[in-house]
Amino acid sequence: MANFSTNEFKAGLKIMLDGEPCSILENEYVKPGKGQAFNRVRIRKLISGKVLEKTFRSGESFEGADIMDTTLSYLYSDGEFWHFMNNETFEQIAADNKAVGDNAKWLVENDECTLTLWNGSPIMVTPPNFVELEITETDPGLKGDTAGTGGKPATLSTGAVVRVPLFVQTGEVIKVDTRTGEYSSRAQK
Amino acid sequence: MQWRPSATIERLRQRAAFIASIRTFFAKRDVLEVETPALSQGTITDLYLDAMKTQHPLPDQSSATTFYLQTSPEFAMKRLLAAGAPDIFQISKCFREDEIGRLHNPEFTMLEWYRRDFSMQSLIDEVSELLKVLLSLEHVEQLTYQQVFMDYLSFDPLTVTSEALRDIAKQYQLDDYCQQLHAANYGHVQLKDALLQALFSQEIESKVSASQPVCITHFPASQAALAKLSSSHAATALRFEFYYRGIELANGFEELCDAQLQQQRFEADNKARQMMGKPTRPIDQHFIDALREGLPQCSGVALGIDRLLMLALNCDSIAEVMSFDIQRA
Repeated sequence: MANFSTNEFKAGLKIMLDGEPCSILENEYVKPGKGQAFNRVRIRKLISGKVLEKTFRSGESFEGADIMDTTLSYLYSDGEFWHFMNNETFEQIAADNKAVGDNAKWLVENDECTLTLWNGSPIMVTPPNFVELEITETDPGLKGDTAGTGGKPATLSTGAVVRVPLFVQTGEVIKVDTRTGEYSSRAQK
Repeated sequence: MQWRPSATIERLRQRAAFIASIRTFFAKRDVLEVETPALSQGTITDLYLDAMKTQHPLPDQSSATTFYLQTSPEFAMKRLLAAGAPDIFQISKCFREDEIGRLHNPEFTMLEWYRRDFSMQSLIDEVSELLKVLLSLEHVEQLTYQQVFMDYLSFDPLTVTSEALRDIAKQYQLDDYCQQLHAANYGHVQLKDALLQALFSQEIESKVSASQPVCITHFPASQAALAKLSSSHAATALRFEFYYRGIELANGFEELCDAQLQQQRFEADNKARQMMGKPTRPIDQHFIDALREGLPQCSGVALGIDRLLMLALNCDSIAEVMSFDIQRA
């Protein structure tokens, strides 16, 4: 993998830091009068998801990280791994609990997810921004109530719990924003 | 659309008016405008500033001579002073090997001026007057380097030990930086200065200059550059810098007039450059000779016109006030 100097840093560049692949979010070049120049960099560690502020000496080089995003269909989980398939080559990739993490509750069969691969292995699974899931359990709401009164908790088929308006009932399919974990609307029939 | 200017035509009109008012300011004060060459056979030895260069043969020479583009017109202007010039100012293009960014363009415009018999304080007052005129301001703050470190970081930058400074740097997430400097063979003094500069820029600069411009005076003697050392404030130099809204605008000195001391500082720079694996620089012998002849007691300052105009016009980058930035040049 190529090396990257701080003057090649830009948002989206992937580098290795402390043995972990990182993505650069922001890079600012600072040159104090008559002083050593440095770069103030905001980075996301791609495995832990942590966002850090770092200061690097300008001109320092970092090894690039072999990171690739690929779009795959979710197939099934066997309890230990989550299996995905490339719809064109039919190649399958299994992601473990560390890569899937909390997003397991947004995985819907046949939905297209983004898998982030580091040296060919998945380190992150990103579900689509919106998924449709069936409500398996929620308290019956009061008739005539409209959205915006605070709502009630509803358990979805994957085990996810979201707040829904009172008029939405068990057995209905709803659309959820996976980035915020919030109810968006009833699914289009 | 790379052929198009990076500034609007309206901004260029504002730029012309801005520069005209600078000339008026100096005309009223009877300061003479001069022009000095952008190319020079000698250059600066600064550890963290690099000059661009080109080549051209001189008469009676078989091979080409290396010429450096000026990083500021400082040496040539001081040579004029040593030759008897009165108070002088210059608006000129300067060139620095530098990254390109919001506040940096390798070619930029500098206002530099020298006042004979001015103390550091007299020149600071004059810079403040100019800023008030150009930015329509009421007040400019003035603080010492030592004071702002005490106020914002609760330690004395002049007496702090290297070990204590390293611990402080760690508290401000500068441990990687510290290791990188160490690995790049930075000496004791260079390491300490680099950490102080990073802390200053990260924790002090934007806070202290947020609501009004501020002049920071009495930099540590190790960052004296071409300034005289202070006789009243131990371990400091008569160097000052102006900042506004987190942006460095001007750097000035009560000028060092001692040829021998100046030569020693240049040599020490070159020694440090060697240690850090950087190429050494040819010392500007014309400049040393001028000092030897006698530079009158004076103070001088260099001010970045593009940055100042950017602030005056509320722009986000200097490219917005330049006809063509480097990417369109």
